[in-house]
Amino acid sequence: MTKQTTHTTDVAIIGAGPVGLFSVFQCGMLKMSTHVIDALPATGGQCTALYPEKPIFDIPASPNITGADLIERLEEQIKPFNPVFHLDQQVVALENQSGNWHLTTAAGLTVSAKAVIIAAGAGAFGPNKPPLADIEKYENKTVHYLIQNRELFRDQRIVIAGGGDSAVDWALALADIAAETYVVHRRERFRALPESVAQMHALAEQGKIELVIPYQLASLEGKGDQLSAVHVKTLKGEDRRLEADHLLSFFGLVNKLGPINDWGLDVHNGLIIVEPTTCATSVDGIFAVGDIAGYPHKLKLILSGFSEVAQAAHAAFRVVHPDEALHFEHSTSSGIPTL
Amino acid sequence: MPKITFIKVDGERVETDAKVGNTVMEVAKELDLPMLAACGGALACATCQVVVDEEWYEKTGEVSEDEEDLLDTAHDLTPTSRLCCQIPITDDLDGLVVSLTPMG
Ligand SMILES: Cc1cc2nc3c(=O)[nH]c(=O)nc-3n(C[C@H](O)[C@H](O)[C@H](O)COP(=O)(O)OP(=O)(O)OC[C@H]3O[C@@H](n4cnc5c(N)ncnc54)[C@H](O)[C@@H]3O)c2cc1C
Ligand code: FES
Repeated sequence: MTKQTTHTTDVAIIGAGPVGLFSVFQCGMLKMSTHVIDALPATGGQCTALYPEKPIFDIPASPNITGADLIERLEEQIKPFNPVFHLDQQVVALENQSGNWHLTTAAGLTVSAKAVIIAAGAGAFGPNKPPLADIEKYENKTVHYLIQNRELFRDQRIVIAGGGDSAVDWALALADIAAETYVVHRRERFRALPESVAQMHALAEQGKIELVIPYQLASLEGKGDQLSAVHVKTLKGEDRRLEADHLLSFFGLVNKLGPINDWGLDVHNGLIIVEPTTCATSVDGIFAVGDIAGYPHKLKLILSGFSEVAQAAHAAFRVVHPDEALHFEHSTSSGIPTL
Repeated sequence: MPKITFIKVDGERVETDAKVGNTVMEVAKELDLPMLAACGGALACATCQVVVDEEWYEKTGEVSEDEEDLLDTAHDLTPTSRLCCQIPITDDLDGLVVSLTPMG
């Protein structure tokens, strides 16, 4: 943790997916201010991270809209409410301090809120880490999921694992400066730009890269945080030991519920169990909506999430303003309130 | 109805009659077995990974190129690993046995 900054708001929203974004709208219509936190550097959750170009056909009144366009429109719709975004940081702790909820992020930021809406989907997006024993002790030193400085690999022996664009692009970018470059992949086909794959094969023919196929990662060998070898194996059980100083692991993004498991909520098979008419969780003042909210016959649909948000925002109003009348109005009567 | 057996990570066997037209993932979720299947069958998460009993592997059908692509991001694969949201239940699968994998 670096710096300590505390923000105060009516409602803190965990997750900036479509459902988290629409939470801003529904809270705003009830004049509640919002801060939104997401582990990803961009808003949009699954729509942005997994299928920005795919058309969605079941958003009411939008016969055909791509994931990216849906997010853009939601952003436009919530703009009048001036939500404050804290991106690229996972919420790691949620505690009640004298009646207010304190959320702490991995970047050391604190948001204090009267109510919390969890719109965390399947959990925070983060690197898909191979389940190898002791991998944590090498992470960010000699095992990498993200490359910031290619010079780190000059004259080093590197193992690149994965079969997508990141693996192929980094193999091309590092083959010249690394001492040895191994690319470990489980099958012949790579899911990457065909031209890049062709270039990689050409480098392999020149002996600048060794393609270690069809192998999977098996284990790591090293001392302290310094890797010395990567063990790989085939499905048939053949082993190879690749002497290496660094492992670059590119298996895309996965969701991890992570800290959400520790917040005293009723969590079952990755879902936070809620009372469906209010989306209240088992803890007072905390609501869950969208893909992460579980109740009988739940449908993981964006439109269900939108409806849950309306229910949750009205229930949250009673927490944020316990002594104020909750007056129901259509948007056609109220217009867009100013906060 | 085809009978399907799930073997949990701890070895417990759960047998059920499955409806033709569902996927193996949907059957597992209906039984509330420990499986995330986070993307609900959208072929986007690989958290419905199972190991199909060797005798049954061929009968579960062709693995599509999209499933292969997603299997690239899975770990600890075996020769009969599948993403079970991609296995539709058919009458030919009467007797199918699949093992669940750890929930991550
Ligand atoms: C390929 C594909 C196609 C789909 N097609 C459709 C469709 O046609 N129609 C439809 O209705 N639905 C569709 N869906 C499902 C739809 O995308 C989800 O229902 C929707 O994204 C759920 O929104 P959400 O806001 O609840 O969660 P998400 O979109 O999952 O967003 C959750 C966000 O919360 C963040 N987060 C979680 N935990 C933390 C934390 N501790 N700290 C900080 N941030 C955190 C995550 O990083 C993530 O960005 C599809 C899904 C996929 C994968
Ligand atoms: S449920 Fe996500 S890939 Fe099968």
